[in-house]
Amino acid sequence: MAYALCFVLIAIGLYGAVIKKNLVKIVMGLAIMEYAINLLLVLIGFRYGGLVPIAGKGVDISKAVDPLMHSVVLTAIVINLGMLLILVALAIRLYERYGTFDITEMRRLKG
Amino acid sequence: MQDLIPLFVLIPLGAAFFIPIVSLKLKWVPDVVGNAVMAVLAPMALMTIGMQTVYDVGGLGRQMGIELRVDGLTSLLLITVNTIGLAMTMYSVNYMSRYTSKLRYYSLLMGLVAALNGVVLSGDVFNLYIFMEIAAVCSYALVAFGTDSDELEAAFKYAVLGTVASGFILIGIALTYGMVGSLNMTQIAERIGSLGAAGAHSRPLQFALVLFLCGFGLKAALVPFHAWLPDAHPSAPAPVSAMLSGVVIKAIGIYVIARIVFNIFGVSQELLQILRWMGIASMITGGLLALGQWDMKRLFAYSSISQVGYVVLGLGLGTPLGIIGGLFHLMNHSVIKSLLFLNAGAVEYATDTRDLHRLGGLNQKMPVTANTSMVASLSIAGIPPLNGFWSKLIIVVACIQGHNYFAALAAVLMSLVTLAIVLKVQKYAFFDSAKQAMAAVVEVPLLMRCAMIMLAVLCVVMALLVASGFTSPFIVTDAAHALLAGRFASSTEIIMP
Repeated sequence: MAYALCFVLIAIGLYGAVIKKNLVKIVMGLAIMEYAINLLLVLIGFRYGGLVPIAGKGVDISKAVDPLMHSVVLTAIVINLGMLLILVALAIRLYERYGTFDITEMRRLKG
Repeated sequence: MQDLIPLFVLIPLGAAFFIPIVSLKLKWVPDVVGNAVMAVLAPMALMTIGMQTVYDVGGLGRQMGIELRVDGLTSLLLITVNTIGLAMTMYSVNYMSRYTSKLRYYSLLMGLVAALNGVVLSGDVFNLYIFMEIAAVCSYALVAFGTDSDELEAAFKYAVLGTVASGFILIGIALTYGMVGSLNMTQIAERIGSLGAAGAHSRPLQFALVLFLCGFGLKAALVPFHAWLPDAHPSAPAPVSAMLSGVVIKAIGIYVIARIVFNIFGVSQELLQILRWMGIASMITGGLLALGQWDMKRLFAYSSISQVGYVVLGLGLGTPLGIIGGLFHLMNHSVIKSLLFLNAGAVEYATDTRDLHRLGGLNQKMPVTANTSMVASLSIAGIPPLNGFWSKLIIVVACIQGHNYFAALAAVLMSLVTLAIVLKVQKYAFFDSAKQAMAAVVEVPLLMRCAMIMLAVLCVVMALLVASGFTSPFIVTDAAHALLAGRFASSTEIIMP
């Protein structure tokens, strides 16, 4: 169930990125998609009743949640930050050039 | 030599951070450091020929540690990336003086080289994703480097599609991890193998494979996903266009597709058929669209789509000869297309335009540019005895051997269309009667000429690789063996601490 909701969230983000005509909304759509993917990564590492993944005396490590996915998510968040910064910087520069965020008015490149 | 493997990533990454720190005061640093780094890396890449090793960074073991893997395919890509990179840095010394900030340019370019080396070396899928993202961020910034309206628009389009592609790839990685419980390529391959036919065709793994194909297909600009390439590649500064078209789409697109299809998930006839049809569609669409272009760099960008189609068609045949042809064409196309983009850059540098309507008569004014671009044009159109002819011939022969007559016919016909495309450039830019505006044009500076001559010589020299045997060109055969060996298996690997 949680997985299905995760994919719904990804689809919402993708819809925003593909359908919307406003630069800021496109960037927001992509951000939603990336957060949803991070959620999916956390979900895959999760298990019901799991322990904190710290090895120690008398701790059954096989019952712990998967720590690898946590580190993967941390890395992915940092990368997403970089991507969003680039996208926002480009959107601001485009706004300076055209005076609008509407992509239908930016049509110098086609074909 | 094995201990030097991490340096392929560390040296350019270090330079990427070193350049902006030092060169605010010292203006000569970016040029010198950039060229020195590539001059070290290019011979180092040649030393990896014949290596078969897995380097365990930090010695933490397979489940926890990070691995760098070198085999024939990796060393082929390393040689391509670093050789083209050397030509780019040489060319940039003069060319980039048109732009304001050399230190940012070199910093980003070094980051791009580090990331590409990382992609081809890395032995687990998540590291591959990280390096791919670094490469992507650097290339978005480099495409937008001129900060004109065109460039920003192209970079935004590229960045949006690239982010969607990265998202697909990360979902694919997540699903694969969920099914097999490892990020290491060898472990994934072994566990998929041990699942048997039913397990390997389970829905999540198939979905992950489709996501990988879409994501990396977007990065490689294969035909249903090609829309960003003709905008993004021409908008960048010429050396960066050459790097993007020559190396980036291959290293983070085709290389990874080949690895995933052949070495991790394992080949199946349906998969190869998808690759073949994507290849044929790219070949035809890219070639026909290129014919109508009048912007020199945009024309070459469309022709890149077409040539990448040949590579994917060769890989999709799945036979030894087809894979050898595809990989050989990958290498040849890197050199040829980089050279063509450098020629277009030289023309732009000398005349301030790349519109074919306004050019003409440049073969008198710019003999080096005209002659090198003639070599590249003949080579990409497949005129014997240049390198492009041999790789296309191998692909066509492999198509006929595999009874794919339609593919063979398409490859031959598109080769003729490519000839028409490059002759259009030759006629309008170099052989047409000189126009008034072209009277004051002079040849480009020495280092730019050196870079172009170096690549033109490579075009001729690489044709000699087939002298070592038509069906087994030097180093390409190693790379093809790496793919043909099937799924990775830990029993055949030598792990270095």
